[in-house]
Amino acid sequence: MAGLSTRHLLGIKDLNPADIQLIFETADTFKSVLNRPIKKVPSLRDVTIANIFFENSTRTRLSFELAERRLSADTINFAASSSSVSKGETLIDTVNNILAMKVDMVVMRHPYAGAGIFLSKHVKAQIVNAGDGAHEHPTQALLDAFSIREKLGDVAGKKVVIVGDILHSRVALSNILCLKQLGAEVMVCGPTTLIPKYISSLGVRVEHNLLKALNWCDVANMLRIQLERQDIKYFPSLREYTMLFGLNKQILDSLDKEIIVMHPGPINRGVEITSDVADSKQSIILDQVENGVAIRMAVLFLLAGQSPQ
Amino acid sequence: MQNLTLLDGQKFQITLQRLCRQLIENHNDFSGSVIIGIQPRGIYLAKRIAEELRKILPGSKIQQGDLDITFYRDDFRRRESQLLPNQTKIDFIIEGKKVIMMDDVLWTGRTIRAAMDALQAFGRPDKIELLALVDRRYSRHIPVSADYVGIEVDSIASQKVVVSWKETDGEDRITLISEAK
Repeated sequence: MAGLSTRHLLGIKDLNPADIQLIFETADTFKSVLNRPIKKVPSLRDVTIANIFFENSTRTRLSFELAERRLSADTINFAASSSSVSKGETLIDTVNNILAMKVDMVVMRHPYAGAGIFLSKHVKAQIVNAGDGAHEHPTQALLDAFSIREKLGDVAGKKVVIVGDILHSRVALSNILCLKQLGAEVMVCGPTTLIPKYISSLGVRVEHNLLKALNWCDVANMLRIQLERQDIKYFPSLREYTMLFGLNKQILDSLDKEIIVMHPGPINRGVEITSDVADSKQSIILDQVENGVAIRMAVLFLLAGQSPQ
Repeated sequence: MQNLTLLDGQKFQITLQRLCRQLIENHNDFSGSVIIGIQPRGIYLAKRIAEELRKILPGSKIQQGDLDITFYRDDFRRRESQLLPNQTKIDFIIEGKKVIMMDDVLWTGRTIRAAMDALQAFGRPDKIELLALVDRRYSRHIPVSADYVGIEVDSIASQKVVVSWKETDGEDRITLISEAK
């Protein structure tokens, strides 16, 4: 049977619709595994995976680690802040040193776009991108689309609006690429300064009015304002942003249909989304987190199952 | 390629009927027993046997599920083609039950080892039994034997035994396929 068309998961860009479908179907079976009394399977018992995080992360790191352990892989964790990277070691040296300890796969998050692609060309291990700068975050996009599929039955034909800091968001780019591949309609919404100039070349609509965007969509994915990535001021104040682009219960209830609310986390409660919306029954934020483990298990299982090259 | 039919038509039916009667002999009305078909090909056998048992024992509840063993196989990362999982569907509790696992062909026994591992994730059954429609004798890699056997076949490693089902393949038939020399 045919497996994935790629040896690494560097971005949604490397996947075709059949790959995404295969990942979803595999994740379905892992989701049922995760609901059993014993949630562990022995598939990856002879695989060692290094989680290398050059950037902070809670959800993604825990989710990957749990996925690896549920598959019985051996894991080592590495956080750049407490390592020799601060002594001036290069990325390739760091990773090759880790690989010398007989590691088969690397899950990496890095602040620079393309770090995973660069690494995949210089080391032997299989690379899974857990977020590279403002470029891609493929597993997040897969779990988002998987959650939409689970909630609405299908992704094709659904209307999804991504609201917020599109310019600095790897989640936005990966989501757009993934949703478009699956046949969804995608719109981005945010302040002009945070929408990249050529975004429409990806085949997405652009809207600057939140209410219009929400009235159009079936699903709203609310992104966090990434202040840590903003080198200049893109809007006058957080308060103004919240007033124009924040989602609250009043707006949600004023819509004529029940839309689904998503958020990749971490939430800045009261900024892009209010607490009553985040905790409402229209929100599938915690389902996203739950599905994240199943999706990551599927990705690791399918990559590890390729015959050794 | 040379195909030899080992069993089909009425004889196929008689064999299934015999297996059902043997099961009833040990499991009475199936109140403490469940049937598990092993994916991908064992599920057709399990469904058919469950269907026949329901006809023979109209009052009793025959529980039947599908078990996928992909994650428990011992050849993951050791073969050229990718292993892809199938669905597991077990909507009942196996803890304390007598489980009858069913597969169409028993060959090396490795599938059965994986299936017993996979079953552990659902609890501790009282007993596990194995029903195989075809037993390819003298080819075991693991000390496994079936409690109920449809037919026994002596074959060599290069041959294949294929079970076809009316529901999916149009007819019930067991075929021995040999590569032409």
